[in-house]
Amino acid sequence: MKILVCISNVPDTTTKIRFTDNDTKFDAAGVQWIINPWDELALTRALELKEGSGGAIEKISVINVGSKDTEPTLRKALAIGADDAIRIDAEPQDAYFVASQLAEYLKANPFDIMLCGIDSSDYNGSLVGGMLSELLDLPSVSSVSKINMDGENIILNREIDGGSETLETTVPFVAIVQKGIALEPRIPSMRGIMMARKKPLEVKPAVETEALTEFAGFELPPPKAKCKMVDAENVNELVELLHNEAKVI
Amino acid sequence: MNFEFTEEQQMIRQAARDYAERELVKDVLERDEKAEIPWKHIKALKELGFFGMMVAPEWGGGGMDTLSYVLSLEEFSKHDSATAVILSVHNSLVSWGVEKYGTQEQKEKYLRVLATGEKIGAFLLSEPEAGSDATHQRTTGEDKGDHFLINGTKNWITNAECADIYIVVVQTHPEKKHHGINALIVDKNTPGISLAPHEDKMGMRSSDTHSVMFSDVKVPKENRIGDDGFGFKFAMKALEGGRIGIAAQALGIAAGAMERAIQYSKERKAFGKFIHDHQAIAFKLADMGVKLEAARNLTYKAAWLKDNGLSYGTMSAMAKLFAADSAMEITTEAVQVYGGYGYVKEYHVERLMREAKLTQIYEGTSEIQKIVISRALLKD
Amino acid sequence: MSLLVYTENWDGKFKKLSFELITYARKVADQLGTEVSVVSIGNVADDELLKLGSYGADKILKVEDDRLNVLINRAYSSIITQVADNINADIVLFAHNFSGKAIAPRVAVKLKAGAVTGVTNVPSSLDPFTVKKMVFTNKAYADVIVKSSKKVLTLFQNSLGVEENPKPAAIEVFTPKLDDDDFKTKVTETKKITGKVLLTDAEVVVSGGRGMKNPDNWKPLEELAEVLGAATACSRPVSDEGWRPHEEHVGQTGKIIAPNLYFALGISGAIQHLGGVSSSKHIVAVNTDKDAPIFESADYGIVGDVHKVLPELVSKIKELKASQG
Repeated sequence: MKILVCISNVPDTTTKIRFTDNDTKFDAAGVQWIINPWDELALTRALELKEGSGGAIEKISVINVGSKDTEPTLRKALAIGADDAIRIDAEPQDAYFVASQLAEYLKANPFDIMLCGIDSSDYNGSLVGGMLSELLDLPSVSSVSKINMDGENIILNREIDGGSETLETTVPFVAIVQKGIALEPRIPSMRGIMMARKKPLEVKPAVETEALTEFAGFELPPPKAKCKMVDAENVNELVELLHNEAKVI
Repeated sequence: MNFEFTEEQQMIRQAARDYAERELVKDVLERDEKAEIPWKHIKALKELGFFGMMVAPEWGGGGMDTLSYVLSLEEFSKHDSATAVILSVHNSLVSWGVEKYGTQEQKEKYLRVLATGEKIGAFLLSEPEAGSDATHQRTTGEDKGDHFLINGTKNWITNAECADIYIVVVQTHPEKKHHGINALIVDKNTPGISLAPHEDKMGMRSSDTHSVMFSDVKVPKENRIGDDGFGFKFAMKALEGGRIGIAAQALGIAAGAMERAIQYSKERKAFGKFIHDHQAIAFKLADMGVKLEAARNLTYKAAWLKDNGLSYGTMSAMAKLFAADSAMEITTEAVQVYGGYGYVKEYHVERLMREAKLTQIYEGTSEIQKIVISRALLKD
Repeated sequence: MSLLVYTENWDGKFKKLSFELITYARKVADQLGTEVSVVSIGNVADDELLKLGSYGADKILKVEDDRLNVLINRAYSSIITQVADNINADIVLFAHNFSGKAIAPRVAVKLKAGAVTGVTNVPSSLDPFTVKKMVFTNKAYADVIVKSSKKVLTLFQNSLGVEENPKPAAIEVFTPKLDDDDFKTKVTETKKITGKVLLTDAEVVVSGGRGMKNPDNWKPLEELAEVLGAATACSRPVSDEGWRPHEEHVGQTGKIIAPNLYFALGISGAIQHLGGVSSSKHIVAVNTDKDAPIFESADYGIVGDVHKVLPELVSKIKELKASQG
């Protein structure tokens, strides 16, 4: 069995967000890039599954649609433990564009389980995983917070609005995973970093696809008004402010 | 000249940073208070391969360069230099010494387990009557034909308790003075070795420091490192590299204090504005920043010289001297920036200031470094 | 030109979220001069369906099938696409919740529609079709142009509120074509959260951080939530430590919420946390550290021990509620 983890290259979560070109482009100057946090958790869980599978899962691959600049992110995934990496050589334009590139690759190189993060911390699309499953005409399970394997059986847990559900499905399928899927992303070990040097990173040309959406411009939220401080000995003042001024209680 | 890090060096630095920020900082205050050995972290850092990270892969090590090692120690020391010094002694002094000068048999037996961190190393040089002055060794290793018999006491031994493998510097032929010194690899569980209580130190309190007593400790002849009488030179060579580790540690302590001071100056207000808007604080930060960057450049350069097979002894002494003295100054100023908050334990800078002091003392005091540096400068 | 809304139901009932969707759809339909159709999947009584008319739905298409009482992404997206094709919808609207995120991208591909998720405003322009959404986890907003003729949108909850706009809604039964392949995933167990306000529905959220010190200290926090009819939440360290379930984690990698009132109790306000809550209309922070970054983002703050402030807060709010009868 083979698992593919789809990876986005995103700015570090502490990045101060700025825009250039008359607020039409993200300002990438000085930005540190990381594996999208949900994708990193997906990779962590994939590795755990492989280690616990007694050889049934033979390979974990990672894939990314991006320019050469995104390769450090893929190599980090290799250092963490992925067996090989694929980069589709294109600047991602929108979710449909990315999902189409992934789908083209997967039609020629099928995997049993495809994992995508539920969201990406840059443009917050929450779309690629679902679009990919539709383009491949495969079942998808989203907001997955647990994946377990019991032999051939795959048991998933997903969060729904107002509870959670346990599901069973058969391979191949796409799981769109969220918080809870793995406890904490792994830190690459020296051995892992050393081994990543030798692991394959294949670059594939992009296919012709049009984007269906585009960003017209960006803006930063307006600055926040100053915080009104209330004395800890006078909690009643807070209650009155919330009641009379904010009118929220 | 090229001041860029390789992708791999950045990845290693990030790995160390992640570990320090996620794990070390969580319990560092408590461990400092209780002077507890960070066993949990030692185990995790072994698994991550930081013990033995520079040992060649053929011996099971990580095969990383000195600069990567320096970046790791810097990151660890921002949050917990006590854990960093355990790594420094293990890597710079013990693992490096066995790899560089050990016999094939010694490497099979000791380097393999040091490279993976399965066994931890300690370096036993200092003695009650002299610190790191290796020319006079009161600890003796009497030549008994097939073994040495060690008697004496070693002082200020980092990792004395958590280590399994000791490198002990002993006088085997007192009449030959420093030509009669040898370095021996000793299993800590050899009969006749005993530890004095954990020293109650000012800082780096969760690194274990002890006196170690030797009473008729038998060490096989084949555990001698190098030719007969190589011990003094061995110790000097090991300390040249060791100083890079301590410089990196001092650098990390300084950087940790600097980052915290900058952060605090952006949060704390006085007289209606953020304190960094007061020139008194802004200029302080500027001075701290210059010292930090200069210390960083010296330390990275020493590592770079070592990685490129060039002579690095003087540069490592300069780096250690400057980084340690700068760490002391920067941490003191960081406490000042914090004001009263800086003087209480919760805010870390107080601890960093205590830790900085030790970097001016161990593995050759600042004064010893000046001797090393001046001798090198004056040499014809 | 027409507009289709998908709204889920919870055990046969709609929620404020559903009405907010219809309100939004009505506004967009009025801009376009077109109708609002709604598709409802699963068993919902007609009088409940008619409630959607109060907020501006013109037509309600109901799909009932016992296999469809749980969300099956593939089957649901197939049905919604069939309805969209049937009524020739140009815009299909979902909520930006778990089910919306699950189905919208599949429907978008089927319709070859450009998709924008987490939309916060009505279109600022119809040609080109431009909507606003949050990006970089609340750190910025973007105007997104949809270039395709068909469009799929998901609406960020609590963005616009609910407005009544009664229409004489007509209910029709829609019978989709489904095949076995659509049901390859099987739900074997469902656990509903009962007796608690859901985080994603809540107008008020009471959230605890590491400053709560100990999982046993949550009682007064829960009491405050109960008094206010609020949902409980927590910061990432708290869920990582296992003090609270991960479903309660709000922040960059947890849930992103925008309630009317958010209480940050013993939460220092790391940038990742703020990303998840900074769209809240009002933020109250209680923290011992006067320099905690949370106060930069809060509207009201108390520097103090949350364990002392909380019981006081509960009793004062109880007094207020009592005085209002």
